[in-house]
Amino acid sequence: MGFLDIKQATKSYGAVKVLHETDISVEEGEFLVLVGPSGCGKSTLLNMIAGLEDVTSGDIAIKGRSMLGVKPADRNIAMVFQSYALYPNMTVRGNISFGMEMHGLAKPEREKKIEAVAELLQITQLLDRKPGQLSGGQRQRVAMGRALTRDPDVFLFDEPLSNLDAKLRVDMRTEIKKLHHKLGTTIVYVTHDQIEALTLSTRIAVMYGGHVQQLGTPKEVYDNPANMFVAGFMGSPSMNLFPAKVAQANGAPAAEVTLRNGETALLPFAGGSMAGHDGRDIILGIRPEAITDRDGADRNSNAVHMIEATVELTEPAGSDTFVVTHMGGRDITGRFRADVQVEAGDRFPFAINMEKAVVFDPETEARVA
Amino acid sequence: MTDISRTEPASRPFGDRFRDALPKLVLSPSVAMVAIFVYGFIAFTLYLSFSDSRVLPSYNLVGWKNYEFLFRIRAWDTAVTNLVIFGTLYIAICCALGLLLAILLDQKIRAEGFIRTVYLYPMALSFIVTGVAWKWFLDPGIGLEAVMRGWGWESFRFDWIKDSDMAIYTIVIAAVWQTSGFVMAMFLAGLRGIDGEILKAAQIDGASTFSLYRRIVIPQLRPAFMSAFVVLAHMAIKSYDLVVALTGGGPGNATEVPATFMYSYTFTRNQMGIGAASAVIMLMTIAAIIVPYLWSELREKK
Amino acid sequence: MATAPTSRFITAGTGDPTQPRAKGPRLSAHLPRVILYALLTLFCIYYLLPLYVMVANSLKPLSEITAGGMMALPDAWTLAPWQSAWSTAQIGVEATGLRPYFINSLVMVIPAVAISTILGALNGYVLTKWHFRGATLIFGLLLFGCFIPFQMVLIPMARMLGLMGLSGTVPGLIFVHLVYGIGFSTLYFRNYYAAFPTELVRAAQIDGAGFFRIFWRILLPSSGPIAVVCIIWQFTNIWNDFLFGASFADFDSQPMTVALNNLVNSSTGVKEYNVHFAGALMAAAPTLLVYIVAGRFFVRGLMAGSVKG
Repeated sequence: MGFLDIKQATKSYGAVKVLHETDISVEEGEFLVLVGPSGCGKSTLLNMIAGLEDVTSGDIAIKGRSMLGVKPADRNIAMVFQSYALYPNMTVRGNISFGMEMHGLAKPEREKKIEAVAELLQITQLLDRKPGQLSGGQRQRVAMGRALTRDPDVFLFDEPLSNLDAKLRVDMRTEIKKLHHKLGTTIVYVTHDQIEALTLSTRIAVMYGGHVQQLGTPKEVYDNPANMFVAGFMGSPSMNLFPAKVAQANGAPAAEVTLRNGETALLPFAGGSMAGHDGRDIILGIRPEAITDRDGADRNSNAVHMIEATVELTEPAGSDTFVVTHMGGRDITGRFRADVQVEAGDRFPFAINMEKAVVFDPETEARVA
Repeated sequence: MTDISRTEPASRPFGDRFRDALPKLVLSPSVAMVAIFVYGFIAFTLYLSFSDSRVLPSYNLVGWKNYEFLFRIRAWDTAVTNLVIFGTLYIAICCALGLLLAILLDQKIRAEGFIRTVYLYPMALSFIVTGVAWKWFLDPGIGLEAVMRGWGWESFRFDWIKDSDMAIYTIVIAAVWQTSGFVMAMFLAGLRGIDGEILKAAQIDGASTFSLYRRIVIPQLRPAFMSAFVVLAHMAIKSYDLVVALTGGGPGNATEVPATFMYSYTFTRNQMGIGAASAVIMLMTIAAIIVPYLWSELREKK
Repeated sequence: MATAPTSRFITAGTGDPTQPRAKGPRLSAHLPRVILYALLTLFCIYYLLPLYVMVANSLKPLSEITAGGMMALPDAWTLAPWQSAWSTAQIGVEATGLRPYFINSLVMVIPAVAISTILGALNGYVLTKWHFRGATLIFGLLLFGCFIPFQMVLIPMARMLGLMGLSGTVPGLIFVHLVYGIGFSTLYFRNYYAAFPTELVRAAQIDGAGFFRIFWRILLPSSGPIAVVCIIWQFTNIWNDFLFGASFADFDSQPMTVALNNLVNSSTGVKEYNVHFAGALMAAAPTLLVYIVAGRFFVRGLMAGSVKG
């Protein structure tokens, strides 16, 4: 039994089931990120943990105690909202103090906590301002400060960074991570941004269509996606997914892919996987960083294969250059060094690291190897 | 939306149940009042319209008799005819004038705020005040006619308010004066809600000012027309104060409208059953306009 | 949150009529500015004329009016018609002037406005932030109550007031206005609170605030603009009401509008037009004052409610 247990929890609005049977067990001190596109059920699940929406069936327990019928205020949780939800009529101090006031803390104690939190978040000089006078980043800090004073068992974050501009978002991300290291509180964090999920979490639940598609550490989810949805959703640019056929190359199983000019190329599977599946149609998944030039390829890997293909397009992106070619009828992106000498129209040898390749069934979209 | 009805665990303390019911408890006095004083009373009046009530309510049902009577009474006939004349002219003129004023005011007028205030202030007045002002202003003895004659136009005649055939039009004049500014404000809001870029695009497409308004702007004011129609129609059917103050229903009963008819049959002629029947017909007419409107508005909101 | 959502229920459009548009088409090419301004001025005269007639004639002796000088400014300025209308004019059978009735209207309007506004605010709060099944239906039924012809409730209400012992009293009128004012005040607050961020309510719930505490500490402090709109609307409506006053008031509990009508239509003696105009201006003064002081909110109220009960 974990610290926060979601057991067979579902949510329906009338006949519409927005969350299917979900089981997640979170250990104390974990940073769980619920990630997925909008409408996937992640915010619903968070609101259910908060007690803002009721659980249609199943149970949610914190520290072993069922939360069914327990009011949000009595769950010992704190929540940071997407809009920050700062009370517009109160000062920053009033906002932070409000929850403690509702819980009957004496004034000196409230003051002490406010001071401590303000110092931690460096918002002491803002305490007497109204939310309307704060910048986005400052509001974000105040919202976190308000949550921190609660000393909660579980912190809930509902897309807290999505209203910030790109630079600030990266800064605040770092800050949230530091805060987690310092305080060690259990966090459940909802976002649609897969980079946030990868950088912040100790574990990720990728959600889609009201189902948890995969639950695992960032590395597991990134390297070993459970299905094509997870593979495509996590990572940017996203994983190349293209059709191939299982064939034989020198007696070992290999993926046969079609190039632009109708030629085929063979990519032997690493470690002999997919043996005995000759002739089977598959979807091959290879991340852009596993497709490079010869010099950029992973020297420790013994499964790097070269394919000569035509460069369709290059996209210099500063630190890297993305090179697009054509395989299996799709555009395939490779991540090359920034200084690589290649131009559109060139025939160029692509180094493909098959150790990093994953294989999906085209019908079920599930991972097969 | 915050959902307060949670799955019920085995037993809940009374305090929790009270807390969950609190919002509904707070709403309930209003709901109860409206249930009794609007819908209960509607039912009661509906009942009376089928009874032989005269001075006092009676619970003796007589079927459709009151309605049959009602449609044979000449005064009711006059009232309905007047309402049709008044309602049609009132709505048409208010809309036309309101639209014209809104378009004129939407031309980056320097003193727009002041002019708008002037056009709209009659809406702040009571219909009784409006009635008094126009009653004497239109009175041939001292008002417009006397003034024009005093200025030397000896043959000037404007005695509609004393003329049985024309008196209903004086009510239109006063009512239009009172509400057209408000219709102007509705259209102005509609005009201001139109995307400026659409207008720019139309101008680039070469639309003349006239066709710009006719083809692009006015069609987009459809919701404003709808609202104006509903509001004006409902005000026309309910109009009572203005008629009482301006003409008192006269000369004779030339300006009788359903609202004054209902009042006089119920309270001065002691024909409560017939009065109730006339009220029911007013309600049905308004409901035919309002219910579809509310329905579409509330459904849209979801 | 600062953007006050002038609710878009029963409104003409999404624009604010009190905000000049930044860009848009001009008729100017076809309509010279001179003519445009001339037209606008002409309409100004049309709307102001009755007001001018009332003011000018309330300040002149009766003889000037009956001599055909209604349009002229007073020759001999006098406040006598105002004094007469206020304290000595014959209203029905008593020569009390309009003063007692002005006071009746004030005593009636203040509690009716206050209570209906408070109830409307609470209703709006429940209907938007504590949504439950059937909330929209209940709102629809409340709203329809605003639009019914009140002729439909006159007979039973007269009896009900009798049963409650409130016949012909000012408290009876307060009660009637309260009952039929709830629909609109609920409409205003519901639409305003619908645009109020629900996340704030959720945050307060997590902070441990209960139903009333959330209302009092979170919503109410932000409700200033809509409260002003609602109060102005209710005040104007109730002050200007005639039907309920005429139906349910006794002689000494009449509101201002009914007394004014009696003053003007009393058949005894000479018609003192100048006194009538002074009385009409007295009846108009409070609402006109509100309109001039808070015109912007008045317009918002009209736009949101759109219906003069």
